[in-house]
Amino acid sequence: MTRLPITKTPKVYVGGSFIRSESARTFPLKDAAGTFFANIPQCTRKDLRNAIEAAAKAGPGWAKRTPYNRGQIIYRLGEMLEARKADMADALTVGGASKAAAAKEITAAIDRLIYYAGWADKYEQVLGNVNPVASPHFNFTVTEPMGIVGLLAPDEAPLLALVSLVAPAITGGNTVVALASSTQPYPAIVLGEMLATSDLPGGVVNLLTGFRKEIVPTMATHTHLRAIAGVANADERKALKLGAADSVKRVKLSKTEEPVDWFSAKAQSLYDVRDHLEFKTTWHPIGA
Amino acid sequence: MSAPAQNVFRRLFDEIGPVDQVGIEERVAKYTTRSIKKNSKLWGLKAAVSMVDLTTLEGKDTPGKVASLCQKALRPHEDPTIPQVAAVCVYPAMVKHARRALGEDTAVRIASVATAFPSGQAPLRTRLAEVKAAVADGADEIDMVINRGAFLSGEFGEMQDEIAAVVQACGASTLKVILEVSELETYDNIRAASFLAMRVIRPGDFIKTSTGKTTLNATLGNNQVMLEAIRDFYLDTGIPIAMKPAGGIRTAKQALQFLIAVKETLGDEWLNNTRYRFGASSLLNDLLRQLEKERTGAYQAPYYFSEAAESY
Repeated sequence: MTRLPITKTPKVYVGGSFIRSESARTFPLKDAAGTFFANIPQCTRKDLRNAIEAAAKAGPGWAKRTPYNRGQIIYRLGEMLEARKADMADALTVGGASKAAAAKEITAAIDRLIYYAGWADKYEQVLGNVNPVASPHFNFTVTEPMGIVGLLAPDEAPLLALVSLVAPAITGGNTVVALASSTQPYPAIVLGEMLATSDLPGGVVNLLTGFRKEIVPTMATHTHLRAIAGVANADERKALKLGAADSVKRVKLSKTEEPVDWFSAKAQSLYDVRDHLEFKTTWHPIGA
Repeated sequence: MSAPAQNVFRRLFDEIGPVDQVGIEERVAKYTTRSIKKNSKLWGLKAAVSMVDLTTLEGKDTPGKVASLCQKALRPHEDPTIPQVAAVCVYPAMVKHARRALGEDTAVRIASVATAFPSGQAPLRTRLAEVKAAVADGADEIDMVINRGAFLSGEFGEMQDEIAAVVQACGASTLKVILEVSELETYDNIRAASFLAMRVIRPGDFIKTSTGKTTLNATLGNNQVMLEAIRDFYLDTGIPIAMKPAGGIRTAKQALQFLIAVKETLGDEWLNNTRYRFGASSLLNDLLRQLEKERTGAYQAPYYFSEAAESY
């Protein structure tokens, strides 16, 4: 008897569980050869809203974890990716990457996670400060996470770019809602399955798949997002900056027209962690 | 259950009929599929605001907290098109503070839980004294709990006598009878308790689902059982009884679903705050949040609204 094929239903990772889009709509994904591969959830503004609710719920708990523990968990995420390299390589080859290119991208993504895992309990020492003041005060500056960060991943390096955007934001104690590449969403689906087994509390990272034109306008105006980062074209940048101005969000976008080299050492930096931190300065009277 | 108790329940169900549990659950599942958009949504959200009994029932309540709750009740949001809430709901000791904060000349009513809320396990004379004290302090409405022990052991007369005594003690104040549905265990019992209560209260008095102090609170299912009891009682006697689900209704979406249930079971005459209320503390903020979303087109962060506990 021939066995019927068991195909996987791709689902997005939101609030610690795997869900279909709220509208139940999907879009067909074709592999590099043009044959149908799978139906990918077509998330819309309501999914973004729900993901932000999930991120808001997870936020206080994640921010309260010790930086050391956050580092451990991000390191563990690297371990999960390392152990499941083959799965991820298959996911990347769907988009047309060669075996060698996929392996290179996965290695870079793991290294990136380890890099930020290392920073988790160290960035405070570099970014925080004891400030000299001309009065009997102990004056110090400490960092705090901003809250919920919206991320827009580019089409190139669909895994590495996504990881490079997510990792610095969660290192600083933020929670994220990320829209994966529209043309190569499948690695993000597989990444979600790895996040689910990495001790990362549900809701800290929420990955959506779908079309930018349905998500970007809501991402711009949603007042609960505190920052937006990623890659966007000229029209999207304008929409995002206008919407962000109304709700006073921090926006840091690179341009689609000037591709970033995600493999470069410049694509990882302490300053990417700083981009999603607020600074709090406290005056404490000496001797009181 | 003892044999005599079984007999009184059987006699009561012969009169009022039992509840079709599967039918009720099928029916309410449909309510969550209705698509309420644009103007009807706006109407529903504003109607829901006007039906809120803004509640604080905690051991840590202070006169200051009650005063700020009253401010919120009078002016829920800076947008003047958003109505005031129906009432504030507080413990008897807080009634005089609520009255001072609201003033005498106000449309916002003061509801007070009384009768040894939430358990009701105090001597009847103590419970009646509590009701009278709350009314004397200025409570416009009294939320009482029924004697669940008496009900479950089939002592319907005792349960109804106690309600009737509280009706007397209320004077001109409106009475809301809390059935505490989570302790009644079955839909049949909820219907039975609803009828027993409705037979001794006055037109315009309320039956109410829960105290909000137990794990299971107002659901669409038990709301529907009570709405249908009110409908059947109204068709029999012509006496309109009002309804108040309480506890567990936290989102605007849920509130709209409850309003759909009212609209489709009892009709437009019950879609106002003299016939339908929501007992809730956090619902109002979510209603305001959704109204602001409708006004601006942008999803709102909860911390833009007062009393959102989390600041993340």
